[in-house]
Amino acid sequence: MASVVFNNVTKTFGEFTAVKDVSLEIGDGEFVCLLGPSGCGKTTSLRMIAGLETPTSGRIEIGGVDVTMKHPKDRQISMVFQDYALYPHMNLADNIAYPLKVRGEAEAKRHGRAREVADILKIGHLLDRMPSQISGGQQQRTSLARALVYPSQVYLFDEPLSNLDAKLRLEARGFLNHLQRDMGMTAVYVTHDQAEAMALATRIAVMDEGRIVQYAPPIEIYRRPATTFVANFVGNPPMNLLPVEAMTVEGAIRLKAEGLSIEGLPVSQAAAKAIGEGGALMLGIRPEHLAIASGGEVNTISGSLFANENMGPESLVTLERQDAARFTARIFTDDEIRLDQRVTFTFNVSHVHLFGPDGARLPLDGE
Amino acid sequence: MGDYFSRYFTRIGFSVLASIIGALFALPLIWFLFAPFNARAELGLAIPDPFTLSNFVTVFNNAFAIRGLWNSLLHSVGGVILVGIGATLAAYALSRSNLPGKRAVTYTLLLFSSVVSGSAAMVPIFLIINSMGLIDTHFAVILVFAGGLLPTAMFILRDFIDGIPRSYEESAMVAGASPVQSFFDVALPVIRPGVVVIVVWSFVNIWGSFLIPFILLRSSDKMPAAVAIYSFYSEAGTPIVTLLAAYALLYSLPVIGLYLFVSWRFGFRFFGGIKA
Repeated sequence: MASVVFNNVTKTFGEFTAVKDVSLEIGDGEFVCLLGPSGCGKTTSLRMIAGLETPTSGRIEIGGVDVTMKHPKDRQISMVFQDYALYPHMNLADNIAYPLKVRGEAEAKRHGRAREVADILKIGHLLDRMPSQISGGQQQRTSLARALVYPSQVYLFDEPLSNLDAKLRLEARGFLNHLQRDMGMTAVYVTHDQAEAMALATRIAVMDEGRIVQYAPPIEIYRRPATTFVANFVGNPPMNLLPVEAMTVEGAIRLKAEGLSIEGLPVSQAAAKAIGEGGALMLGIRPEHLAIASGGEVNTISGSLFANENMGPESLVTLERQDAARFTARIFTDDEIRLDQRVTFTFNVSHVHLFGPDGARLPLDGE
Repeated sequence: MGDYFSRYFTRIGFSVLASIIGALFALPLIWFLFAPFNARAELGLAIPDPFTLSNFVTVFNNAFAIRGLWNSLLHSVGGVILVGIGATLAAYALSRSNLPGKRAVTYTLLLFSSVVSGSAAMVPIFLIINSMGLIDTHFAVILVFAGGLLPTAMFILRDFIDGIPRSYEESAMVAGASPVQSFFDVALPVIRPGVVVIVVWSFVNIWGSFLIPFILLRSSDKMPAAVAIYSFYSEAGTPIVTLLAAYALLYSLPVIGLYLFVSWRFGFRFFGGIKA
C-alpha cells in the first residue's frame, strides 16, 4: 500500500481542459472517492494515476516515487473498469490469473491463487465459464478478483458499480466497504453517485469543471458543504436552496424572502462582509432537517402543496412557492401524512446554511 | 374473414414468387454440379448419363492447368499473409495511436486503393515491376496484390478495431503487460474475427484475379488458374464445355473449402454478450 500525491496536475485535450491545476494528497490506506458530474475530470484524474493518460503539466507520485512518465505496467497498481474489460476469449480462471501470467507465474500456481480469490468473492464455481456466460454481478466480481489477485500499491475503481442494477449495486457496495475494512487498501474510487461516495470513502474529493471544490471526510462534506455546488450534489434529495435578501440589524443577520420567517442569525466576519457587498445570499436547508409545522413556530417556510410521496419509512413532501421554487422535506414516519393545500415547514436555525453570491459557504459563528 | 383470406393469399403469392427467383438462381449452380460429370455436357442443363469422371481425367492430364491451381494457391497464400499481417498491425496503430492526421492517412489510403490501383494503374505498375527486375516472378504478383488490397483491408479492419473498447488493452497494461504483450494476449484474439474476414476476402480476391498475373508473368509454368483456364478454349476461342466445367469445379473447391474451414474453426461471429 502506498500514498498518492497530485502536484499541480493539469490535463488538456486539445482546447478542452479536463483537469485544472489539481493538487491532492491521498494517504496510505485511505479510500478516496472522486465525486462529480460527468465531464468534471474525475475519470481523467484516475486514468492519470493509472498511467493511461499523461498529465500536460504537474507531477504524480505513488508511494513517494515520481511516476508521472511511467508506463502503467511499472506502477504496481490494480484497476477495476466500468465495463469490467473481461477478456472474452479467456475463461474466468484465465481472466483472473492474467496479471500473474504476465508476471511469469507457473500455470498451477496462478490458477491456485485465482481460485483462492474467486472463492472469497463467491465465484469459485464459475472458473470454467466464459465471461459471456455469467451475469453482470458475477462479471463485476470477476473484474474485482482480477484486481485483487496480485499485490498492489493502489487500487483504482472507475465507476465499478454503475452497470449493476440497484439491488446488486447495494450488495456490491457493502462488499467493497467490508473489503476496505479488511485489507486497509489505498483506493481511489471514481463515482457520480453521492450515496456510493458517502458509504465508501474515508475522504471525498468533490470535483467540478476540472477542479477540486472540496476535499474532506464524508460527514464534513455533508455538514459543511463548501459551495452551493457541493450542497446540491451531496444528499438525496439535494439541499433546498433559496435566494434571500440579508441585512444586519442590531447585531444579527436578518433574512428576507417570500413565505420565509426566520429568527436573527449570529453575525460572522464572512457573513458581514458578504452582506456589506450587497446582501443577496443563498439560504440552504437539507430536506431531512425540515418538519411539518404545527403552528406557533418562529422559523418557518410556507407554500402550496406540490407533491406528497410516501416511500414507506419516510415521506417526501414538496411545496411550491410563488416564484416556482420548490422546497422538499423528508419526514421520517411511516404514517400517512394528511396535508392541506397550504403547507408550512419548520426548522432549527442550527441546520441553516448560508452561501455568498459566489456560491461559497459563509461560516456562521461557532464554526 | 375476408381479411384472413387476403393475408393467406398474399403469403402464398409471396412464396411462389420467392420460389421462382430461387429456382432462377439455383439453375446455374445445378449445371455447375452436373456438367463436370457429363461427358457430353453442353450449355443446357442435363442430368449426366452416364455419370463419368472422364472430364476430370483429361483435366488432370493437362499439366499447365494443374500447375495453374498450384500457382494460384502460391499467390493467394503469399498475398494473404502479407495483407493479413500488414493490415492488422497498421489498422491497430491507426485505431489506437494518437498520431496527428491519422484520419487523413486512412482516407487517402482508401482513395488510392479504389481509384489508383486496378486496371488503370496497370501500365505504371508494369513499369515499376520491370525496373525492379521482378517481371516473371511470383514475388512481383504477390507484392502487387498485397499493395492493392492492403488499403481497403486496413480501412475495414480499422473500423472493426475502433468498435472494440480500449479498456481491454488498458486493463492488461495496468495488470503488468507490456504493449506488445497486451496486443498479442488480449487485442489480437478479440480482433481475430475481423482478421479472418480480411483473410477470406483477400484470398478470394487474389484467387479469382486474372489481369495482374497475366501481365506480370511470362512463363506459362507460373500462370495461375485464372489464366490457365483459357487452355480449355479451342483455337477458335470457343470453350470446350466439358473440360471447362470440370476445371471450374476444381478451381472453386479451395474457396469453398476455405469458407467451411473458417466457419468451423473460427466462425464468422464475434465473442458476444459483454455489455459495454
